[in-house]
Amino acid sequence: MVNKIWTFFIAIGIIFSLLSGNISTINNVILESAKSSLELMMQIFPVIALWLGITNIATNSGLLDILSLKLSIILGKLFPEVPKNHISLSYMASNMIANIFGLGSAATPFGLKAMSSLQELNENKKVASRSMITFTTINTSGLTVIPTTIIALRLLYGSTSPTITVLSSFIATLASTLAGIIIDRILARRYTNV
Amino acid sequence: MSNYIIPLMILGVVLYGFHKKIDIYDSFIDGVCESFKMIYTIFPNLIAMILSVNILIESGFLNWIIGFLGNIIQIPIEVLSLAIMRPISGNATLALLNNIYQKFGVDHYISLLASTIQGSTDTTFYVLALYYGSIGIKKTRYAFATSLFADAVGIITSFIICKILFFN
Repeated sequence: MVNKIWTFFIAIGIIFSLLSGNISTINNVILESAKSSLELMMQIFPVIALWLGITNIATNSGLLDILSLKLSIILGKLFPEVPKNHISLSYMASNMIANIFGLGSAATPFGLKAMSSLQELNENKKVASRSMITFTTINTSGLTVIPTTIIALRLLYGSTSPTITVLSSFIATLASTLAGIIIDRILARRYTNV
Repeated sequence: MSNYIIPLMILGVVLYGFHKKIDIYDSFIDGVCESFKMIYTIFPNLIAMILSVNILIESGFLNWIIGFLGNIIQIPIEVLSLAIMRPISGNATLALLNNIYQKFGVDHYISLLASTIQGSTDTTFYVLALYYGSIGIKKTRYAFATSLFADAVGIITSFIICKILFFN
């Protein structure tokens, strides 16, 4: 899938710009992209480093185990393949909690740790497991209660009520998360039957 | 409020570790060391993803699609752009949102709708490329299908809920 999407994006983009006479822009974009990747990297690297440090204290002290014990009842239903008390449940829970409070920067390291611990359980290391897909579906559906970026931006533009869209966003994100979980269930069943 | 969460969380983690008499400092250092391994797998994926997304966006192909769809679907072109860009590029959507706020005013109905869409979903392609890339998985099976379906539902719900709450 990644191969297809990558080829599609690049091929469509370059062919379209050839046809529309926009190719000089693309020429710049190609070189700029590598630079902006490095800049993005410089932004997220320190955050990941910091949070993995903090997380490791929580892992070694057993704090994350307590969290997973409490949440394994709920998460166990969503992730039937994952054994109870497995560390990936704690990482996934921490990722979701960070997302819910709008702490995007803290969410990513937890998410990455969750993926690598789910990979330990994965039988075929080249193919996404069912649990991974359920997790990324919930993650990309953007389950958030406090969309911090939006509130900050609305404040910046002098909104009289910067938090007015919190409720509407929450309802929309709830709908998308539920829809994601349902379609994930349906497709998971279909894929195991094939 | 979110100013309190992170410091308090760190305080809690450190105090609990101290209470459990583990080697807090070494745990922290070991965790940070792990980030180098992680970055090693993330960076190539970032370059690959940003390259392809930027080529697609800057080629004007998406704008062409948006212009085409704008003739069929009767919604403001700005909101349509935002909805289509949302799963593909976080930076592009933030720029679009800024434009919408400037053009209509931050408390206009269209701005509220745009804020709701922005706040209700995530940059799907980025997250999937990053998460699966970090563990070396290319065969993502139905991961894109479920995520994009959830995004679509989120965006449609945003339209409905904003009509109910904000449209007068």
